[in-house]
Amino acid sequence: MSRRPLVREVPPTSWYFRHPRYMRYMSREITSIFVGAYCVLLVVGLQRLAAGPVAWEAFLAALKNPASIVFQFLALVAAVYHAATWFNATHKAMPVQIGEDFVQPGVISGAHYVVWLVLSFVVLYLAGVF
Amino acid sequence: MTPMKELRVQLEVLRYNPDTDTEAHFQRYDLTCPEEWVVLDALNKVKESIDPTLNYRWSCHMAVCGSCGMMINGEPKLSCHTFVRDYEGSVIRVEPLAHFPIERDLVTAPDDFMEKLKRVKPYIIPKEKKPISEGEYKQTPAQLMKFRQYSMCINCMLCYAACPEYGLTPEFIGPAALTLAHRYNVDSRDGGRKERQEVVATHEGVWECTFVGACSEVCPAHVDPASALQQMKITSSIDWIVEHLIPGGKS
Repeated sequence: MSRRPLVREVPPTSWYFRHPRYMRYMSREITSIFVGAYCVLLVVGLQRLAAGPVAWEAFLAALKNPASIVFQFLALVAAVYHAATWFNATHKAMPVQIGEDFVQPGVISGAHYVVWLVLSFVVLYLAGVF
Repeated sequence: MTPMKELRVQLEVLRYNPDTDTEAHFQRYDLTCPEEWVVLDALNKVKESIDPTLNYRWSCHMAVCGSCGMMINGEPKLSCHTFVRDYEGSVIRVEPLAHFPIERDLVTAPDDFMEKLKRVKPYIIPKEKKPISEGEYKQTPAQLMKFRQYSMCINCMLCYAACPEYGLTPEFIGPAALTLAHRYNVDSRDGGRKERQEVVATHEGVWECTFVGACSEVCPAHVDPASALQQMKITSSIDWIVEHLIPGGKS
């Protein structure tokens, strides 16, 4: 009897269509593009601020452009989805054991949401929103 | 007692004969079976009464031995743990475990996994060897709970069949072997973490994992490999920081 195992290749560019859980994973990965692009926007903003008041006002005006508002909305949705899926997974990376028992996953994830909320209010306060 | 309900089951099984085939093909089997049967029972019936040439692995029939892992409708499952009634009215497509070479029909070659298992040294390497006369290595219940879930692995390889990283990069040490490394690393009796890091903290080790999380979703023994791997990424990162950024630091 011969030994001639058959190897089935994984399609390198379309594997994630094979199962909904892979699609969920890829959708999370894709949010990084928006988060990254928004980071670039912030750096450009800093550069414009350093260039003087005229450049800064022009930058602010550009942000109010409808296409820019659509992009910022998409980036916000992507960032929220990215952050939420990350917080929901934190209990896996950082399980907390007290005695013989482990802290419930919801408590660890919940603590991250609370810190997120508090920091968001601090940032908004510093930005003069309140 | 109510009579047992019989179900009509249609199995679509991937066949491959290394002596005659160059490609695998699906073969359909129609049979009736009691509704409490599992897919493995249905395969046994096919082999006994329809087609004795069908090949597959199984042993315990109680989700303990980890031999009968297969892709059932695209999902890695133990066929002894998968009821036919959950697929009532639809064809049950049975394939060998994904990402492993097919030896024959539903039998895959586990050689790669076995080799990787050895590389992570999945056994206790005592911190200090002591003579038997000094008694056993004692452990508190809390110390046991730190690794207990990771010791439940039955080596069924479903996590490898679920992991797209392993499918795309076969050099990846993979979920079960790395999880066993973690199981021994966090055992209070063990002192072998540094030795295992040579395999764990490498590109083919934990850093190939991108946290898809599929391994933990399919594990029939409720082990959480994704958790073990993320924890090892954190400890490996701390090792790196200590070694490279702290003056005089040694990992």
